[in-house]
Amino acid sequence: MGLQALFFYMFAFVAVASAFMVIAARNPVYSVLFLIVTFFNAAGLFLLTGAEFLAMILLVVYVGAVAVLFLFVVMMLDIDFTALRSGIIEHAPVGALVGLVLAAELIIVVGGSTLSPEIASNAAHPIPPIAERTNTAALGDVLYTDYVYFFQIAGLVLLVAMIGAIVLTLRHREGIKRQDISAQVARTPATAVEVVKVKPGQGL
Amino acid sequence: MDAFVSSYVWPAVIMIGQSLLLLVALLLFIAYILLADRKIWAAVQLRRGPNVVGPWGLFQSFADLLKFVFKEPVIPATANKAIFLLAPLVSVTLALATWAVIPLNENWVIANINVGILYVFAISSLEVYGIIMGGWASNSKYPFLGALRSAAQMVSYEVSIGFVIVTVLLTVGSLNLTDIVNAQRDGLGTMIGLPGSFLDWNWLALFPMFVIFFISALAETNRPPFDLPEAESELVAGFMVEYGSTPYMMFMLGEYAAICLMCALTTILFLGGWLPPVDVWFLNWVPGIVWFALKACLVFFMFAMVKAFVPRYRYDQLMRLGWKVFLPLSLAMVIIVAFVLKLTGWGA
Repeated sequence: MGLQALFFYMFAFVAVASAFMVIAARNPVYSVLFLIVTFFNAAGLFLLTGAEFLAMILLVVYVGAVAVLFLFVVMMLDIDFTALRSGIIEHAPVGALVGLVLAAELIIVVGGSTLSPEIASNAAHPIPPIAERTNTAALGDVLYTDYVYFFQIAGLVLLVAMIGAIVLTLRHREGIKRQDISAQVARTPATAVEVVKVKPGQGL
Repeated sequence: MDAFVSSYVWPAVIMIGQSLLLLVALLLFIAYILLADRKIWAAVQLRRGPNVVGPWGLFQSFADLLKFVFKEPVIPATANKAIFLLAPLVSVTLALATWAVIPLNENWVIANINVGILYVFAISSLEVYGIIMGGWASNSKYPFLGALRSAAQMVSYEVSIGFVIVTVLLTVGSLNLTDIVNAQRDGLGTMIGLPGSFLDWNWLALFPMFVIFFISALAETNRPPFDLPEAESELVAGFMVEYGSTPYMMFMLGEYAAICLMCALTTILFLGGWLPPVDVWFLNWVPGIVWFALKACLVFFMFAMVKAFVPRYRYDQLMRLGWKVFLPLSLAMVIIVAFVLKLTGWGA
Protein backbone atom coordinates (compact mmCIF):
# COMPACT_ATOMS: atom_id res chain seq x y z
CA MET A 1 0.00 0.00 0.00
CA GLY A 2 2.84 2.35 0.91
CA LEU A 3 4.41 1.87 -2.48
CA GLN A 4 1.16 2.73 -4.19
CA ALA A 5 0.85 5.95 -2.21
CA LEU A 6 4.44 6.80 -3.12
CA PHE A 7 3.71 6.32 -6.82
CA PHE A 8 0.46 8.25 -6.50
CA TYR A 9 2.21 11.27 -5.03
CA MET A 10 4.97 11.03 -7.60
CA PHE A 11 2.58 10.92 -10.57
CA ALA A 12 0.28 13.55 -9.07
CA PHE A 13 3.12 15.93 -8.24
CA VAL A 14 4.72 15.66 -11.68
CA ALA A 15 1.32 16.00 -13.37
CA VAL A 16 0.41 19.17 -11.47
CA ALA A 17 3.88 20.66 -11.79
CA SER A 18 4.06 20.06 -15.55
CA ALA A 19 0.46 21.28 -15.98
CA PHE A 20 1.60 24.49 -14.35
CA MET A 21 4.61 24.63 -16.66
CA VAL A 22 2.28 24.29 -19.67
CA ILE A 23 0.98 27.80 -18.99
CA ALA A 24 4.18 29.16 -17.48
CA ALA A 25 6.66 28.14 -20.18
CA ARG A 26 7.74 30.96 -22.49
CA ASN A 27 8.36 28.76 -25.52
CA PRO A 28 5.12 27.21 -26.90
CA VAL A 29 6.99 24.06 -27.94
CA TYR A 30 8.02 23.58 -24.31
CA SER A 31 4.37 24.05 -23.37
CA VAL A 32 3.32 21.18 -25.61
CA LEU A 33 6.13 18.97 -24.33
CA PHE A 34 5.05 19.67 -20.75
CA LEU A 35 1.49 18.87 -21.79
CA ILE A 36 2.75 15.49 -22.98
CA VAL A 37 4.41 14.91 -19.60
CA THR A 38 1.09 15.77 -17.94
CA PHE A 39 -0.77 13.25 -20.11
CA PHE A 40 1.83 10.63 -19.30
CA ASN A 41 1.41 11.11 -15.56
CA ALA A 42 -2.36 11.12 -15.87
CA ALA A 43 -2.00 7.73 -17.57
CA GLY A 44 0.10 6.65 -14.60
CA LEU A 45 -2.68 7.71 -12.23
CA PHE A 46 -5.20 5.71 -14.27
CA LEU A 47 -2.93 2.67 -13.97
CA LEU A 48 -2.81 3.08 -10.18
CA THR A 49 -6.61 3.00 -9.97
CA GLY A 50 -6.61 -0.24 -12.00
CA ALA A 51 -8.00 1.33 -15.18
CA GLU A 52 -5.25 -0.01 -17.42
CA PHE A 53 -7.35 0.23 -20.59
CA LEU A 54 -8.08 3.93 -20.06
CA ALA A 55 -4.41 4.57 -19.33
CA MET A 56 -3.30 3.01 -22.61
CA ILE A 57 -6.03 4.71 -24.61
CA LEU A 58 -4.99 8.04 -23.09
CA LEU A 59 -1.46 7.39 -24.34
CA VAL A 60 -2.54 6.22 -27.79
CA VAL A 61 -5.08 8.96 -28.46
CA TYR A 62 -3.83 12.02 -26.63
CA VAL A 63 -0.08 11.54 -26.57
CA GLY A 64 0.28 9.51 -29.75
CA ALA A 65 -2.05 11.51 -31.98
CA VAL A 66 -3.52 14.72 -30.54
CA ALA A 67 -0.32 16.05 -29.00
CA VAL A 68 1.61 15.22 -32.19
CA LEU A 69 -0.79 17.49 -34.10
CA PHE A 70 -0.43 20.20 -31.44
CA LEU A 71 3.33 20.00 -31.73
CA PHE A 72 3.06 20.07 -35.50
CA VAL A 73 0.94 23.21 -35.50
CA VAL A 74 2.98 25.01 -32.85
CA MET A 75 6.21 24.29 -34.69
CA MET A 76 4.82 25.36 -38.07
CA LEU A 77 3.05 28.53 -36.96
CA ASP A 78 5.09 31.66 -36.77
CA ILE A 79 3.30 33.42 -33.93
CA ASP A 80 4.70 36.41 -32.08
CA PHE A 81 4.12 35.24 -28.54
CA THR A 82 5.26 38.45 -26.89
CA ALA A 83 2.41 40.23 -28.71
CA LEU A 84 0.00 37.53 -27.56
CA ARG A 85 1.22 37.87 -24.01
CA SER A 86 0.70 41.61 -23.89
CA GLY A 87 -3.07 41.14 -23.59
CA ILE A 88 -2.80 38.77 -20.65
CA ILE A 89 -4.08 41.27 -18.08
CA GLU A 90 -7.21 42.22 -20.05
CA HIS A 91 -8.12 38.57 -20.66
CA ALA A 92 -7.42 37.47 -17.09
CA PRO A 93 -11.02 37.97 -15.82
CA VAL A 94 -12.44 35.75 -18.60
CA GLY A 95 -9.91 33.02 -17.81
CA ALA A 96 -10.67 33.33 -14.10
CA LEU A 97 -14.39 32.97 -14.81
CA VAL A 98 -13.88 29.80 -16.84
CA GLY A 99 -11.63 28.41 -14.13
CA LEU A 100 -14.22 29.24 -11.48
CA VAL A 101 -17.00 27.48 -13.37
CA LEU A 102 -14.84 24.37 -13.85
CA ALA A 103 -13.85 24.35 -10.19
CA ALA A 104 -17.48 24.72 -9.10
CA GLU A 105 -18.52 21.81 -11.32
CA LEU A 106 -15.75 19.62 -9.95
CA ILE A 107 -16.77 20.48 -6.39
CA ILE A 108 -20.41 19.65 -7.14
CA VAL A 109 -19.47 16.29 -8.67
CA VAL A 110 -17.09 15.26 -5.88
CA GLY A 111 -19.18 16.81 -3.12
CA GLY A 112 -22.37 15.23 -4.39
CA SER A 113 -20.94 11.72 -4.25
CA THR A 114 -19.58 12.16 -0.74
CA LEU A 115 -22.62 13.96 0.70
CA SER A 116 -25.19 11.50 -0.62
CA PRO A 117 -23.61 8.18 -1.51
CA GLU A 118 -26.88 6.81 -2.86
CA ILE A 119 -26.62 9.12 -5.91
CA ALA A 120 -23.26 7.66 -6.77
CA SER A 121 -24.50 4.11 -6.35
CA ASN A 122 -27.46 4.85 -8.62
CA ALA A 123 -25.29 6.31 -11.35
CA ALA A 124 -22.64 3.62 -11.25
CA HIS A 125 -22.93 0.74 -13.66
CA PRO A 126 -22.61 -2.48 -11.68
CA ILE A 127 -18.96 -3.38 -11.96
CA PRO A 128 -18.09 -7.09 -11.86
CA PRO A 129 -15.12 -8.01 -9.67
CA ILE A 130 -11.73 -7.61 -11.34
CA ALA A 131 -10.93 -11.30 -10.99
CA GLU A 132 -13.90 -12.23 -13.18
CA ARG A 133 -13.68 -9.60 -15.87
CA THR A 134 -10.89 -7.32 -17.05
CA ASN A 135 -11.88 -3.70 -17.37
CA THR A 136 -11.26 -3.86 -21.12
CA ALA A 137 -14.05 -6.41 -21.46
CA ALA A 138 -16.29 -4.52 -19.03
CA LEU A 139 -15.85 -1.29 -20.99
CA GLY A 140 -16.56 -3.16 -24.20
CA ASP A 141 -19.82 -4.46 -22.74
CA VAL A 142 -20.93 -1.00 -21.72
CA LEU A 143 -19.93 0.72 -24.97
CA TYR A 144 -20.77 -1.82 -27.61
CA THR A 145 -23.60 -3.82 -26.03
CA ASP A 146 -25.53 -1.75 -23.50
CA TYR A 147 -25.20 1.65 -25.15
CA VAL A 148 -24.48 0.63 -28.72
CA TYR A 149 -26.96 3.12 -30.26
CA PHE A 150 -25.49 6.06 -28.39
CA PHE A 151 -22.08 4.92 -29.49
CA GLN A 152 -23.21 4.76 -33.12
CA ILE A 153 -24.77 8.22 -32.89
CA ALA A 154 -21.56 9.64 -31.43
CA GLY A 155 -19.67 8.03 -34.30
CA LEU A 156 -22.05 9.58 -36.83
CA VAL A 157 -21.63 13.02 -35.29
CA LEU A 158 -17.87 12.68 -35.60
CA LEU A 159 -18.24 11.48 -39.19
CA VAL A 160 -20.34 14.52 -40.06
CA ALA A 161 -17.78 16.81 -38.44
CA MET A 162 -14.99 15.12 -40.40
CA ILE A 163 -16.82 15.39 -43.71
CA GLY A 164 -17.60 19.03 -42.93
CA ALA A 165 -13.95 19.81 -42.29
CA ILE A 166 -12.94 18.13 -45.55
CA VAL A 167 -15.63 19.90 -47.57
CA LEU A 168 -14.65 23.28 -46.12
CA THR A 169 -10.97 22.89 -46.94
CA LEU A 170 -11.07 20.92 -50.19
CA ARG A 171 -10.16 23.00 -53.24
CA HIS A 172 -9.88 21.50 -56.69
CA ARG A 173 -7.46 23.79 -58.46
CA GLU A 174 -7.45 23.84 -62.24
CA GLY A 175 -4.41 22.93 -64.24
CA ILE A 176 -2.85 20.50 -61.79
CA LYS A 177 -1.67 17.15 -63.07
CA ARG A 178 -2.97 14.36 -60.93
CA GLN A 179 -1.62 10.86 -60.83
CA ASP A 180 -4.07 8.12 -61.74
CA ILE A 181 -2.40 4.94 -60.57
CA SER A 182 -4.96 2.52 -62.00
CA ALA A 183 -4.66 4.19 -65.43
CA GLN A 184 -0.89 3.92 -65.24
CA VAL A 185 -1.00 0.29 -64.28
CA ALA A 186 -3.57 -0.49 -66.97
CA ARG A 187 -1.37 0.90 -69.74
CA THR A 188 0.11 -1.65 -72.15
CA PRO A 189 2.66 -1.14 -74.92
CA ALA A 190 -0.25 -1.21 -77.37
CA THR A 191 -1.96 1.79 -75.76
CA ALA A 192 1.16 3.68 -74.76
CA VAL A 193 3.57 3.39 -77.69
CA GLU A 194 2.96 4.28 -81.31
CA VAL A 195 5.44 2.97 -83.85
CA VAL A 196 5.93 5.43 -86.70
CA LYS A 197 7.81 4.66 -89.88
CA VAL A 198 9.90 7.72 -90.71
CA LYS A 199 10.98 8.17 -94.30
CA PRO A 200 14.60 9.29 -94.68
CA GLY A 201 15.02 12.99 -95.33
CA GLN A 202 11.42 13.92 -94.51
CA GLY A 203 11.17 13.78 -90.75
CA LEU A 204 7.82 13.76 -89.02
CA MET B 1 11.34 -5.52 8.20
CA ASP B 2 11.39 -9.06 6.83
CA ALA B 3 7.96 -8.50 5.32
CA PHE B 4 9.21 -5.31 3.67
CA VAL B 5 12.23 -7.09 2.22
CA SER B 6 10.25 -10.05 0.96
CA SER B 7 7.40 -8.02 -0.50
CA TYR B 8 9.27 -5.06 -1.98
CA VAL B 9 13.04 -5.46 -2.11
CA TRP B 10 13.28 -8.96 -3.58
CA PRO B 11 10.71 -8.41 -6.34
CA ALA B 12 12.44 -5.15 -7.24
CA VAL B 13 15.87 -6.83 -7.34
CA ILE B 14 14.54 -9.70 -9.44
CA MET B 15 12.80 -7.34 -11.83
CA ILE B 16 15.89 -5.16 -12.25
CA GLY B 17 17.99 -8.27 -12.83
CA GLN B 18 15.57 -9.55 -15.49
CA SER B 19 15.46 -6.16 -17.15
CA LEU B 20 19.26 -5.93 -17.29
CA LEU B 21 19.49 -9.45 -18.70
CA LEU B 22 16.95 -8.65 -21.39
CA LEU B 23 18.67 -5.35 -22.13
CA VAL B 24 22.09 -6.96 -22.59
CA ALA B 25 20.66 -9.76 -24.72
CA LEU B 26 18.72 -7.26 -26.80
CA LEU B 27 21.73 -4.99 -27.36
CA LEU B 28 23.86 -7.96 -28.44
CA PHE B 29 21.07 -9.08 -30.75
CA ILE B 30 20.83 -5.57 -32.21
CA ALA B 31 24.59 -5.46 -32.78
CA TYR B 32 24.37 -8.60 -34.91
CA ILE B 33 21.10 -7.59 -36.57
CA LEU B 34 22.87 -4.42 -37.72
CA LEU B 35 25.73 -6.47 -39.11
CA ALA B 36 23.27 -8.86 -40.76
CA ASP B 37 21.46 -5.93 -42.34
CA ARG B 38 24.67 -4.66 -43.90
CA LYS B 39 25.83 -8.13 -44.93
CA ILE B 40 22.52 -9.00 -46.61
CA TRP B 41 22.43 -5.68 -48.39
CA ALA B 42 26.00 -6.23 -49.56
CA ALA B 43 25.28 -9.77 -50.72
CA VAL B 44 22.35 -8.62 -52.85
CA GLN B 45 24.62 -6.04 -54.47
CA LEU B 46 27.43 -8.62 -54.93
CA ARG B 47 29.67 -6.89 -52.41
CA ARG B 48 31.35 -8.37 -49.36
CA GLY B 49 30.08 -5.97 -46.74
CA PRO B 50 31.99 -5.36 -43.50
CA ASN B 51 34.68 -8.04 -43.34
CA VAL B 52 37.72 -6.48 -41.66
CA VAL B 53 37.02 -6.30 -37.91
CA GLY B 54 37.12 -9.81 -36.47
CA PRO B 55 36.45 -13.04 -38.39
CA TRP B 56 33.97 -12.32 -41.25
CA GLY B 57 33.57 -8.83 -39.81
CA LEU B 58 31.74 -10.19 -36.77
CA PHE B 59 32.98 -7.42 -34.46
CA GLN B 60 32.12 -4.58 -36.85
CA SER B 61 29.23 -3.29 -34.71
CA PHE B 62 31.41 -3.06 -31.63
CA ALA B 63 34.07 -1.17 -33.56
CA ASP B 64 31.36 1.22 -34.73
CA LEU B 65 30.16 1.62 -31.17
CA LEU B 66 33.65 2.60 -30.00
CA LYS B 67 34.00 5.00 -32.91
CA PHE B 68 30.75 6.77 -32.10
CA VAL B 69 31.41 6.96 -28.39
CA PHE B 70 34.92 8.43 -28.77
CA LYS B 71 33.93 11.04 -31.32
CA GLU B 72 33.39 14.58 -30.19
CA PRO B 73 29.68 15.45 -29.92
CA VAL B 74 28.98 18.62 -31.89
CA ILE B 75 25.92 20.65 -30.96
CA PRO B 76 25.00 23.38 -33.44
CA ALA B 77 25.24 26.88 -31.97
CA THR B 78 21.62 27.80 -32.73
CA ALA B 79 20.18 24.44 -31.65
CA ASN B 80 17.96 24.14 -28.63
CA LYS B 81 20.45 22.21 -26.50
CA ALA B 82 18.13 20.59 -23.97
CA ILE B 83 15.69 19.20 -26.53
CA PHE B 84 18.49 18.43 -28.99
CA LEU B 85 20.03 16.04 -26.47
CA LEU B 86 16.70 14.82 -25.10
CA ALA B 87 15.45 13.65 -28.52
CA PRO B 88 17.82 10.67 -29.01
CA LEU B 89 17.30 9.69 -25.37
CA VAL B 90 13.53 9.68 -25.86
CA SER B 91 13.73 7.60 -29.00
CA VAL B 92 16.05 4.96 -27.52
CA THR B 93 14.22 4.79 -24.17
CA LEU B 94 10.82 4.32 -25.77
CA ALA B 95 12.11 1.72 -28.21
CA LEU B 96 13.63 -0.29 -25.35
CA ALA B 97 10.70 0.25 -22.93
CA THR B 98 8.33 -1.65 -25.18
CA TRP B 99 10.33 -4.83 -24.72
CA ALA B 100 9.12 -5.09 -21.11
CA VAL B 101 5.89 -6.77 -22.22
CA ILE B 102 7.20 -8.93 -25.09
CA PRO B 103 7.00 -12.61 -24.13
CA LEU B 104 10.04 -14.47 -25.50
CA ASN B 105 8.78 -17.84 -24.33
CA GLU B 106 5.97 -19.24 -22.19
CA ASN B 107 6.18 -17.07 -19.02
CA TRP B 108 9.44 -15.44 -20.13
CA VAL B 109 8.20 -11.90 -19.83
CA ILE B 110 9.09 -9.09 -17.45
CA ALA B 111 5.59 -7.60 -17.18
CA ASN B 112 2.75 -9.91 -18.19
CA ILE B 113 0.06 -7.23 -18.30
CA ASN B 114 -3.55 -7.59 -19.44
CA VAL B 115 -3.31 -4.89 -22.07
CA GLY B 116 0.11 -5.87 -23.41
CA ILE B 117 -0.64 -5.24 -27.06
CA LEU B 118 -2.15 -1.83 -26.27
CA TYR B 119 0.97 -0.95 -24.29
CA VAL B 120 3.14 -1.85 -27.26
CA PHE B 121 0.90 0.18 -29.56
CA ALA B 122 0.87 3.16 -27.18
CA ILE B 123 4.62 3.27 -26.67
CA SER B 124 5.42 2.75 -30.33
CA SER B 125 3.06 5.61 -31.20
CA LEU B 126 5.23 7.81 -28.98
CA GLU B 127 8.41 7.02 -30.90
CA VAL B 128 7.57 9.80 -33.33
CA TYR B 129 8.46 12.32 -30.60
CA GLY B 130 12.15 11.52 -30.69
CA ILE B 131 12.15 12.36 -34.39
CA ILE B 132 10.04 15.51 -34.17
CA MET B 133 12.02 16.85 -31.22
CA GLY B 134 15.33 16.12 -32.91
CA GLY B 135 14.23 17.75 -36.15
CA TRP B 136 12.86 20.84 -34.47
CA ALA B 137 15.70 21.30 -31.97
CA SER B 138 18.35 21.16 -34.71
CA ASN B 139 17.00 24.52 -35.92
CA SER B 140 17.87 23.78 -39.51
CA LYS B 141 15.81 23.25 -42.64
CA TYR B 142 16.53 19.67 -43.68
CA PRO B 143 16.06 18.16 -40.23
CA PHE B 144 12.81 20.04 -39.80
CA LEU B 145 11.44 18.86 -43.14
CA GLY B 146 12.50 15.31 -42.33
CA ALA B 147 10.81 15.50 -38.93
CA LEU B 148 7.54 16.75 -40.41
CA ARG B 149 7.52 14.04 -43.04
CA SER B 150 8.24 11.42 -40.48
CA ALA B 151 5.53 12.60 -38.11
CA ALA B 152 2.91 12.49 -40.85
CA GLN B 153 4.15 9.11 -42.04
CA MET B 154 4.18 7.44 -38.64
CA VAL B 155 0.78 8.80 -37.63
CA SER B 156 -0.72 7.60 -40.94
CA TYR B 157 0.59 4.06 -40.76
CA GLU B 158 -0.30 3.68 -37.10
CA VAL B 159 -3.93 3.75 -38.17
CA SER B 160 -3.64 0.66 -40.34
CA ILE B 161 -1.41 -1.08 -37.77
CA GLY B 162 -4.14 -0.41 -35.23
CA PHE B 163 -6.79 -2.04 -37.40
CA VAL B 164 -4.55 -5.04 -38.09
CA ILE B 165 -4.09 -5.48 -34.36
CA VAL B 166 -7.87 -5.23 -33.88
CA THR B 167 -8.48 -8.13 -36.28
CA VAL B 168 -5.96 -10.27 -34.44
CA LEU B 169 -7.62 -9.35 -31.14
CA LEU B 170 -11.03 -10.31 -32.55
CA THR B 171 -9.81 -13.79 -33.40
CA VAL B 172 -7.95 -14.22 -30.10
CA GLY B 173 -10.26 -12.43 -27.67
CA SER B 174 -7.50 -11.14 -25.43
CA LEU B 175 -5.10 -8.20 -25.27
CA ASN B 176 -2.45 -10.23 -23.47
CA LEU B 177 0.50 -11.14 -25.70
CA THR B 178 0.99 -14.55 -24.10
CA ASP B 179 -2.68 -15.37 -24.72
CA ILE B 180 -2.31 -14.24 -28.32
CA VAL B 181 0.49 -16.74 -28.89
CA ASN B 182 -1.27 -19.57 -27.05
CA ALA B 183 -4.46 -18.98 -29.03
CA GLN B 184 -2.49 -19.89 -32.16
CA ARG B 185 -2.03 -23.48 -30.93
CA ASP B 186 -5.16 -24.36 -32.82
CA GLY B 187 -6.54 -22.69 -35.89
CA LEU B 188 -7.18 -23.45 -39.54
CA GLY B 189 -4.96 -26.56 -39.56
CA THR B 190 -6.53 -28.27 -36.56
CA MET B 191 -9.96 -27.29 -37.85
CA ILE B 192 -9.52 -29.59 -40.88
CA GLY B 193 -8.14 -32.36 -38.70
CA LEU B 194 -4.36 -31.91 -38.98
CA PRO B 195 -2.18 -31.98 -35.86
CA GLY B 196 -0.95 -28.61 -34.57
CA SER B 197 1.36 -27.02 -37.09
CA PHE B 198 2.38 -23.72 -38.67
CA LEU B 199 -0.93 -23.76 -40.56
CA ASP B 200 -2.69 -22.84 -37.32
CA TRP B 201 -0.92 -19.54 -36.91
CA ASN B 202 -2.63 -16.29 -37.73
CA TRP B 203 -0.59 -15.58 -40.86
CA LEU B 204 -2.67 -18.01 -42.89
CA ALA B 205 -6.11 -17.16 -41.54
CA LEU B 206 -5.44 -13.43 -41.71
CA PHE B 207 -3.08 -13.40 -44.68
CA PRO B 208 -4.07 -9.96 -46.08
CA MET B 209 -3.58 -8.44 -42.64
CA PHE B 210 -0.18 -10.12 -42.36
CA VAL B 211 0.92 -8.41 -45.57
CA ILE B 212 -0.53 -5.04 -44.50
CA PHE B 213 1.11 -5.33 -41.10
CA PHE B 214 4.49 -6.13 -42.60
CA ILE B 215 4.39 -3.17 -44.99
CA SER B 216 3.05 -0.83 -42.33
CA ALA B 217 5.80 -1.99 -39.99
CA LEU B 218 8.34 -0.97 -42.63
CA ALA B 219 6.74 2.48 -42.82
CA GLU B 220 6.39 2.79 -39.06
CA THR B 221 10.08 2.12 -38.47
CA ASN B 222 11.17 4.35 -41.37
CA ARG B 223 12.80 1.46 -43.17
CA PRO B 224 13.41 1.53 -46.91
CA PRO B 225 11.43 1.79 -49.18
CA PHE B 226 9.66 4.20 -46.82
CA ASP B 227 12.74 5.90 -45.36
CA LEU B 228 11.60 9.33 -46.53
CA PRO B 229 12.44 11.10 -43.25
CA GLU B 230 16.08 10.48 -44.06
CA ALA B 231 15.95 10.35 -47.84
CA GLU B 232 19.52 11.27 -48.58
CA SER B 233 18.88 12.37 -52.14
CA GLU B 234 16.47 15.10 -51.01
CA LEU B 235 17.04 15.77 -47.34
CA VAL B 236 20.75 14.85 -46.83
CA ALA B 237 20.00 12.71 -43.76
CA GLY B 238 16.63 14.05 -42.64
CA PHE B 239 16.19 14.64 -38.95
CA MET B 240 19.65 13.30 -38.18
CA VAL B 241 21.59 15.85 -40.25
CA GLU B 242 22.94 17.77 -37.27
CA TYR B 243 23.61 14.74 -35.12
CA GLY B 244 26.96 13.05 -34.65
CA SER B 245 28.83 10.74 -32.26
CA THR B 246 26.86 9.34 -29.30
CA PRO B 247 23.51 11.10 -29.90
CA TYR B 248 23.52 9.83 -33.49
CA MET B 249 24.34 6.34 -32.26
CA MET B 250 21.38 6.51 -29.89
CA PHE B 251 19.07 7.38 -32.77
CA MET B 252 20.44 4.39 -34.67
CA LEU B 253 20.03 2.18 -31.64
CA GLY B 254 16.46 3.36 -31.14
CA GLU B 255 15.67 2.73 -34.78
CA TYR B 256 17.05 -0.81 -34.74
CA ALA B 257 15.41 -1.56 -31.39
CA ALA B 258 12.12 -0.50 -32.96
CA ILE B 259 12.82 -2.70 -35.99
CA CYS B 260 13.56 -5.70 -33.76
CA LEU B 261 10.39 -4.93 -31.85
CA MET B 262 8.35 -4.96 -35.04
CA CYS B 263 9.94 -8.31 -35.99
CA ALA B 264 9.06 -9.68 -32.55
CA LEU B 265 5.54 -8.31 -32.80
CA THR B 266 5.00 -9.87 -36.23
CA THR B 267 6.24 -13.14 -34.74
CA ILE B 268 3.81 -12.92 -31.84
CA LEU B 269 0.78 -11.74 -33.77
CA PHE B 270 1.10 -13.84 -36.91
CA LEU B 271 3.84 -16.44 -36.67
CA GLY B 272 2.90 -18.22 -33.46
CA GLY B 273 5.58 -16.76 -31.15
CA TRP B 274 7.55 -19.55 -29.50
CA LEU B 275 5.42 -22.42 -30.85
CA PRO B 276 7.32 -25.00 -32.91
CA PRO B 277 6.35 -25.17 -36.60
CA VAL B 278 5.11 -28.75 -36.32
CA ASP B 279 3.88 -30.45 -33.16
CA VAL B 280 6.33 -33.41 -33.03
CA TRP B 281 8.45 -34.43 -30.07
CA PHE B 282 11.92 -33.42 -31.25
CA LEU B 283 10.72 -29.97 -32.34
CA ASN B 284 8.85 -29.53 -29.06
CA TRP B 285 12.08 -30.40 -27.29
CA VAL B 286 13.80 -27.33 -28.75
CA PRO B 287 13.36 -24.42 -26.30
CA GLY B 288 10.70 -21.91 -27.33
CA ILE B 289 13.12 -19.00 -27.25
CA VAL B 290 15.01 -20.59 -30.17
CA TRP B 291 11.86 -20.71 -32.28
CA PHE B 292 11.03 -17.17 -31.30
CA ALA B 293 14.48 -15.90 -32.27
CA LEU B 294 14.45 -17.87 -35.53
CA LYS B 295 11.07 -16.46 -36.54
CA ALA B 296 12.07 -12.91 -35.60
CA CYS B 297 15.26 -13.33 -37.66
CA LEU B 298 13.22 -14.59 -40.60
CA VAL B 299 11.02 -11.48 -40.45
CA PHE B 300 14.13 -9.32 -40.19
CA PHE B 301 15.58 -11.10 -43.23
CA MET B 302 12.48 -10.00 -45.13
CA PHE B 303 12.98 -6.44 -43.85
CA ALA B 304 16.57 -6.51 -45.08
CA MET B 305 15.69 -7.98 -48.47
CA VAL B 306 13.01 -5.33 -49.02
CA LYS B 307 15.61 -2.69 -48.24
CA ALA B 308 17.95 -4.26 -50.76
CA PHE B 309 15.63 -4.46 -53.70
CA VAL B 310 12.75 -2.03 -53.52
CA PRO B 311 13.38 1.57 -54.64
CA ARG B 312 12.28 4.41 -52.39
CA TYR B 313 8.66 5.57 -52.56
CA ARG B 314 7.66 9.07 -53.55
CA TYR B 315 6.14 10.93 -50.62
CA ASP B 316 2.65 11.47 -52.05
CA GLN B 317 2.49 7.82 -53.09
CA LEU B 318 3.42 6.81 -49.57
CA MET B 319 0.54 8.82 -48.17
CA ARG B 320 -1.80 7.44 -50.83
CA LEU B 321 -0.82 3.89 -49.94
CA GLY B 322 -1.44 4.51 -46.25
CA TRP B 323 -4.74 6.38 -46.42
CA LYS B 324 -6.36 5.22 -49.65
CA VAL B 325 -5.27 1.59 -49.84
CA PHE B 326 -4.39 0.22 -46.42
CA LEU B 327 -6.96 2.09 -44.36
CA PRO B 328 -10.04 0.96 -46.37
CA LEU B 329 -8.62 -2.55 -46.77
CA SER B 330 -7.91 -3.03 -43.09
CA LEU B 331 -11.23 -1.46 -42.09
CA ALA B 332 -13.07 -3.84 -44.44
CA MET B 333 -11.13 -6.78 -43.00
CA VAL B 334 -12.08 -5.79 -39.45
CA ILE B 335 -15.76 -5.88 -40.44
CA ILE B 336 -15.41 -9.13 -42.42
CA VAL B 337 -13.52 -10.88 -39.63
CA ALA B 338 -16.01 -9.68 -37.03
CA PHE B 339 -18.94 -10.96 -39.10
CA VAL B 340 -17.29 -14.31 -39.84
CA LEU B 341 -16.49 -14.84 -36.16
CA LYS B 342 -19.98 -13.86 -35.08
CA LEU B 343 -21.84 -15.94 -37.68
CA THR B 344 -19.71 -19.08 -37.42
CA GLY B 345 -19.16 -18.86 -33.69
CA TRP B 346 -15.40 -19.48 -34.07
CA GLY B 347 -14.51 -16.51 -31.91
CA ALA B 348 -14.03 -16.89 -28.18
